[in-house]
Amino acid sequence: MSARDDVMSRIKSALRDAPPTPDIPRNYRLATNKTAAQRCEQLVGRLLDYKANVYVVPTTQAPAKLAQLLADAESIVVPHGLEEHWLSGLRDDAGSLRIEVDSPEHRLSVSALDSVDAVVTTAAVAVSETGTIILDGSSSQGRRIISLVPDRHICLLAAKDIVEVLPEAIARLNATAPQTWISGPSATSDIELERVEGVHGPRTLDVLILT
Amino acid sequence: MSSTYLGMPSLPVFGTGNLNATESFPQAAKRELKNTQLRANLAHATHTIRDKRENAVAELPDWEEMRDAGSAIKNATMANLPALLEAFETNFTARGGIIHWARDAQEANEIVTALIKETGETEVVKVKSMATAEIGLNEYLQEQGIAAFETDLAELIVQLDHDKPSHILVPAIHKNRNQIRDIFLREMEEVDPGLSNEPARLAEAARRHLRKKFLSAKVAISGANFGLADTGTLTVVESEGNGRMCLTLPDTLITVMGIEKLLPSWRDLEVFMQLLPRSSTGERMNPYTSLWTGVTPGDGPQNVHLVLLDNGRTAALADQMGRTALNCIRCSACMNVCPVYERTGGHAYGSTYPGPIGAILSPLMTGIKSEENNSLPYASSLCGACFDACPVKINIPEILVHLRGEDVDSQRAKVKVPTQMDLMMKASEWAFSDGSHINLLEKGLPIGKLAAGRAKVIKKLPGIAAGWTQSRDIPAPPSQSFRQWWVKEHQSPEPRRNPAKEEDQL
Repeated sequence: MSARDDVMSRIKSALRDAPPTPDIPRNYRLATNKTAAQRCEQLVGRLLDYKANVYVVPTTQAPAKLAQLLADAESIVVPHGLEEHWLSGLRDDAGSLRIEVDSPEHRLSVSALDSVDAVVTTAAVAVSETGTIILDGSSSQGRRIISLVPDRHICLLAAKDIVEVLPEAIARLNATAPQTWISGPSATSDIELERVEGVHGPRTLDVLILT
Repeated sequence: MSSTYLGMPSLPVFGTGNLNATESFPQAAKRELKNTQLRANLAHATHTIRDKRENAVAELPDWEEMRDAGSAIKNATMANLPALLEAFETNFTARGGIIHWARDAQEANEIVTALIKETGETEVVKVKSMATAEIGLNEYLQEQGIAAFETDLAELIVQLDHDKPSHILVPAIHKNRNQIRDIFLREMEEVDPGLSNEPARLAEAARRHLRKKFLSAKVAISGANFGLADTGTLTVVESEGNGRMCLTLPDTLITVMGIEKLLPSWRDLEVFMQLLPRSSTGERMNPYTSLWTGVTPGDGPQNVHLVLLDNGRTAALADQMGRTALNCIRCSACMNVCPVYERTGGHAYGSTYPGPIGAILSPLMTGIKSEENNSLPYASSLCGACFDACPVKINIPEILVHLRGEDVDSQRAKVKVPTQMDLMMKASEWAFSDGSHINLLEKGLPIGKLAAGRAKVIKKLPGIAAGWTQSRDIPAPPSQSFRQWWVKEHQSPEPRRNPAKEEDQL
């Protein structure tokens, strides 16, 4: 008998008393009762708590803000689906900033990603109650590796994509898309349970909330 | 969905690997308790995390509703496990993942080794995983000439120190910052000799130490926190980004997951991703969670395997009183609140799974008669703090009592002559069956007082009662009992009537 058949038959034998399947009581909060402004404020508070940098800016001013944040950067990587206009503030500059575009046709190597100063992506949805930003690999967020290897992650988040509780985010997402849920920069509590930010993932997380 | 099994009921097949207490819990605890540094480290850590968890839980208005949902979802999972495993297999496979089944630790180790050998690699990076610790994968790989590098900071500390984890979430909880610095200075190549004991500096040293390994790794091994049956999705919950590194950079990803880790649907994650982080690290959400479903073309590992592990889980499932132990999501809240764990630490339990959940899970998976695992259900005062803290409401005290019963039954089956316990129980039966019997026994109290002597303590009781005085003294018994005192104080003119007889007359 194959291991699969063996294990399956063991399970069926273990369940020969046919335990009942309970109904699932979903009496927890399924939707928000906060206004958009309250959700935004809550998310900002949570992200600051995680030691991320947060900037709430009108959408029209995003390119200028991005240019300001990247004033000292020499190179960045962006996913191929990131809309060009976000980067307009950077392109207008003296041209000293190198912008690498990662696309299915032109995939950057690990060492190339390791040498850039920052990555700029969008996000699919954010959960204000937990301070969580979710990336789902769509074209403006790119392959998982590009938001991982560079030491700084700048994330553009539309204020309309902020929900309050996790069930609202789950309803918006496609389960089978490769997802990364990010709640602050990488951190560890392994030494005497004292939280320290900055281990293997990006040590700096900047979130631009676009209103 | 529940299926009725029509075949012959088979005997449970128990698990193997690192699931055993190799010495009895009281013996091991006695040794561990002598380590005052360990006790200080543990007291600090468990109290810190306890407070954090309480704050994180108190913040949610619907925490109890979430626990109810979590408990029901896991019970539904176990009731429908065959169908859910089939659905998971279909969905994961449809998206390019390859599934392997392992009956026990040995088989799982062999499968993983063969998969690594196929790639030609001799080094792998690992994300912290309880399942691979349970099957002793690292040791097995080493014998096969494959070096496995732990990448979680705490696992790295434990591995560098050639030590064993003592907590399922914070495996190096028994070490303080000075000890960790000393380990790094001793074991890490290219480490700054002036390394300080600040946690931030220590974390940075770990980053440097592992960076090259991550960027060049070809094979990674992980566990999984959840598998979603209706989509075939796997989940890893972590903090440092070492998980993301392992799950994203290598070409080959091999995940080892217990069959009980499934959730029926994608939607159920909305419950468990609220329950788990708040219960384990006391955070609103852990820094990173990764989800993948088979292979994503062009993104992450293209050679994706999953080993589904039994190793005694079906034996636990066959125990109708104990099966809810499989609902465990490995958050570690129970050990953080346990007064026994807080003092003895995790090593005293022997098994990969320490603390209250380990005290039930280990004997359920191995059988009560395996090595010294029958001592584990007694490693509790039955205070119930674990039950209150458990995010999926596993009634750990009830299962502890059930397993104590199993132990007593298995002992009784072994020995034909009545034991000291049997005789004591018989004697108690007689003593408590009638007030006059008790009266008679209480006349002996002054003898006990005499035995206690001038120090007024009894340091050692005879026979099996010696267990009671092993770690405490008994104060001298009083010269008279309460009942004797009462009679003296309330000498009434009327003769005392028997209330039971009075009732009979009504």
